[in-house]
Amino acid sequence: MSLALIAALPFLGALLPGLTIRMGRTACAVSTGAVTLVALLLLASLAPAVLRGEVVQTRIDWLPALGLNANFMLDGLGLLFAGLILGIGLLIILYARFYLATSDPMGQFYSYLLLFQGAMLGIVLSDNILLLLVFWELTSLSSFLLIGYWKHLPEGRRGARMALAVTGGGGLAMIAGMLILGQIAGSYDLSVILTQKTAIQASPLYLPALILILAGAFTKSAQFPFHFWLPHAMAAPTPVSAYLHSATMVKAGIFLMARMWPVLSGTFEWFVIVSFTGLFTMLLGAKIALFKDDLKALLAYSTVSHLGLITMLLGFGTPEAAAVAIFHIVNHASFKAALFLTAGIVDHETHTRDLSRLGGLRRLMPVTFAIAAIASLSMAGIPPLNGFLSKEMMLGEAVHVAWPTPWLVGLAATIGALLSVAYSFRFLAHGFLGPLRSDYPRAPHDPAPGLWAAPAVLAALVVLIGLFPNLMSGWIVDAAATATTGTAILLHLSHWHGLAAPALWMSLAAIGGGLVVLGTYPRLRRLWDATPRPEAKRLYDGLIEPLAADARKLTSALHNGSFSRSLAIGLAAILAATAYAFFAAPYQPGSRAILAPDFVTLALGAVLLLAALATPFLHRNRLIALILTGVVGLLIAPLFALFSAPDLALTQVGVEVVTVLLMLLALNFLPKDTPAESAVPRRLRDAGIAALAGLGLGSLAYAMLTRAPAFPSISAFHLAQSKSGAGGTNAVNTIIVDFRGYDTFGEIIVLGIAALIIFALSETLLRNAAVSRRLARLPRTVESGDRHPVMFVVGTRLLLPMAMMVGVYIFLRGHNLPGGGFVAGLVFAIAYLLQYLASGYDWSHARQRFDQHVLIGWGVFVAALAGVGAWAFGLPFLTSGYTYLHLPPLDEFELATAAIFDLGVFLCVLGAVLLALASLSRLALKTGERPNVAAHDLEEAR
Amino acid sequence: MEALLATIIGVLAAVGIYLMLRLRTFPVILGLTFLSYAVNLFLFASGRLALNAAPIIGTAERYTDPLPQALVLTAIVISFGMTAVIMIMAVGGYLQAGHDRVDLDRDDEEPT
Repeated sequence: MSLALIAALPFLGALLPGLTIRMGRTACAVSTGAVTLVALLLLASLAPAVLRGEVVQTRIDWLPALGLNANFMLDGLGLLFAGLILGIGLLIILYARFYLATSDPMGQFYSYLLLFQGAMLGIVLSDNILLLLVFWELTSLSSFLLIGYWKHLPEGRRGARMALAVTGGGGLAMIAGMLILGQIAGSYDLSVILTQKTAIQASPLYLPALILILAGAFTKSAQFPFHFWLPHAMAAPTPVSAYLHSATMVKAGIFLMARMWPVLSGTFEWFVIVSFTGLFTMLLGAKIALFKDDLKALLAYSTVSHLGLITMLLGFGTPEAAAVAIFHIVNHASFKAALFLTAGIVDHETHTRDLSRLGGLRRLMPVTFAIAAIASLSMAGIPPLNGFLSKEMMLGEAVHVAWPTPWLVGLAATIGALLSVAYSFRFLAHGFLGPLRSDYPRAPHDPAPGLWAAPAVLAALVVLIGLFPNLMSGWIVDAAATATTGTAILLHLSHWHGLAAPALWMSLAAIGGGLVVLGTYPRLRRLWDATPRPEAKRLYDGLIEPLAADARKLTSALHNGSFSRSLAIGLAAILAATAYAFFAAPYQPGSRAILAPDFVTLALGAVLLLAALATPFLHRNRLIALILTGVVGLLIAPLFALFSAPDLALTQVGVEVVTVLLMLLALNFLPKDTPAESAVPRRLRDAGIAALAGLGLGSLAYAMLTRAPAFPSISAFHLAQSKSGAGGTNAVNTIIVDFRGYDTFGEIIVLGIAALIIFALSETLLRNAAVSRRLARLPRTVESGDRHPVMFVVGTRLLLPMAMMVGVYIFLRGHNLPGGGFVAGLVFAIAYLLQYLASGYDWSHARQRFDQHVLIGWGVFVAALAGVGAWAFGLPFLTSGYTYLHLPPLDEFELATAAIFDLGVFLCVLGAVLLALASLSRLALKTGERPNVAAHDLEEAR
Repeated sequence: MEALLATIIGVLAAVGIYLMLRLRTFPVILGLTFLSYAVNLFLFASGRLALNAAPIIGTAERYTDPLPQALVLTAIVISFGMTAVIMIMAVGGYLQAGHDRVDLDRDDEEPT
């Protein structure tokens, strides 16, 4: 369970920052950090077992029929990645607290960050590849939000869109690849797939699956030719860049390759595609990084380069190389996160990230300089820092590769290392060394400890892993590498392998060459600026822009802002599809016995049809249209009653009354007539579409009514259990309050929310000055002299207690006879509305002792209470119970918890209806109508 | 009877759709109401028609299907909520824009 909890915690926690931001920025950051910390502690509690070599598993069946289960597993590889995600996440949260400006919405930032964290954790903890895919797509979506966090920056939005298009597109390819893989292995569970190496590699579908899965991994990990999105994602706030591009997002692709390594690697195809893509990406990224002036762009391309390095190592296909890859993942995460964070500090303090405007910062920002120096020397691979260890091991592995010719890969890797030394030194030399300048955009100095604490921790890790590699990281790297490769790995990490090791000389060559490159940098830069080169972004835009233009053209052709037009197009499409479906299959009339018509029903139906058909012809007079609508609605009630649905009849009457009242009220503020705007052909077209649609729906209804159901109804159960199980004889009511109580619970919440929306909208309208002016200018209709007729007032007041009695009666009998909370709520609401109608808003409102909002709240609360009450008896939510009581002078009566639930329904319906109508009538306050406080006042003579 | 109910459903749907294709908010909302009637009746009809068979245990020899009834009951209430919300939106739109057309004006800003 705790594994699923670790993955779920950030998602649940994502709700917190939005709340805690009201208590201040520090509280917000602390609550976010607490979520991550709890997840990290949970993970740590599982670590000892994993380090012993066990695999911790949690299995939750989700959709077993699809093979999609919420299965989680934690092995060494998952532990390493989850630790990185949560550990660095914690540091990022700390850093972001001090990095974000007061104008940035911090709650949003932390919510997005936690969403992203949860998605990443999901990827590394999933034991089911379908579940993994879900999380994979979630990282694309949540990183979109993070990269585009500064919504006001166009490059931020563009960068976010590009990242989403590239990584999302790769994700789609990966879905196909994973489905193929699952088909070959016969299961979507990783733990099964990982044992099917021979079957998978022997399958003819191995190569397509491999290519598709690698497309997902390469896009995510920014491998050539998909590397271009990563630098553009740098428009994100620096904490995001540091998180996404050191430890998480881009490492997801690496993780996937490592995860799938046991079954996919080892073939020639894997070796060629993966290692050479990695090698090429490493060289390309390093070369571009060297010539970037923007600190973050330099780091972005260096990230591309290092990801290429790791990919190449995984591509070699030997367990040793894979272990080195794992080790470099740890080292890269530590020094690269530190570097991004220091770049952010420089940006924050000097207001520029441009290397050509920087330099000499070492005296002004000594702390930042120390951190940057440690991290960039590690990136360059200078002993004894951790970057040196893994880089030398990488070179050692590259030497062994003999294809296509010995030494080629080794040589290329050395060149990559050389370039890496050059850009790392350049970061340091052009940013921090050199003479002091007088033209910084802002006078720089070291920031407060809050900002440098996080990178300082990372720099300390860089040094400690460098000095004591086996103590600090050997155990976790061994565990992760063992889990990755399936063979026991015990790395011996040391700085000195003797003079005979080729890696030593390659390292020295790289460092020397790097210094030479830096020395001749100005000349190289001129050469670079003079050579034309293909710009990946331009190619991407060339591909995307025509597509986007076509999509826009299609959209505006279908939807030009005219609602009626798009509705007509949609209807025509549905009609065409329906016609096709109908004519494609033979039609046979139904055989169910039909009911003989009787005179009363026919007469009822005739009036109903007449009223309905008259509406389109008379609808321009809105009052008449409304009356006709009411007639139709009310006549539906007896139809329900006739066809054995008394509950529906009652509800229909109640709802119809409040609906018509509501519309009447609204009509007060709207024009009373609809102008004739559409020409006759247009009206004929609309009538044609409407007639065809009506014909379709009517025929479908007829076809359904004349046939027996294809499957037996599940209602036999409800009928049988209504009395014995739920304790009521009204099966409709027991379904509503008991069998499907959960539905009803959701429904009353929806109803309550609808009423609150109405209230909120009317509040905004009342505050709007333009609306107030327009309300005051509304033409007043000619009113009768008697605003509140005495007879009406007296009559409705007499009616109130009687109506309430009827309401209570309907409520009480609801469980056994037609009635219940819905109808009772409507009856009460109508009784109150009549008071408003007869005596006016002000008079009635002053006498209303309860607040409608509170009523809705109580309704939901009481219903929830009835549901939660079941827990006290160890039963699931909303299980109802009942008993019979016999109090002496009364007859025996029933007590059911469902009645409490129904009370909640009642309160909610009453509150919602009253709130909706009261909100609308409040608009009248601005129409210049005199408030009436007296019981029945006379309108001034006109 | 079946033919009658089917006719009613068809006519109500046709009237509703015709009104929804009008250009002002009020008839569109009325159209939606008509369409709700039709759809509710249609859902109800999926339980098939029966006379004197209300699903009240102990009052009849056989009972009609209570499930569509329960679903339609909640649907009726929800359609009220929906109608109320779009009604206030229509009123707000009219009061803010000064007209109650449902379509964008040609000179209104193009949605981007």
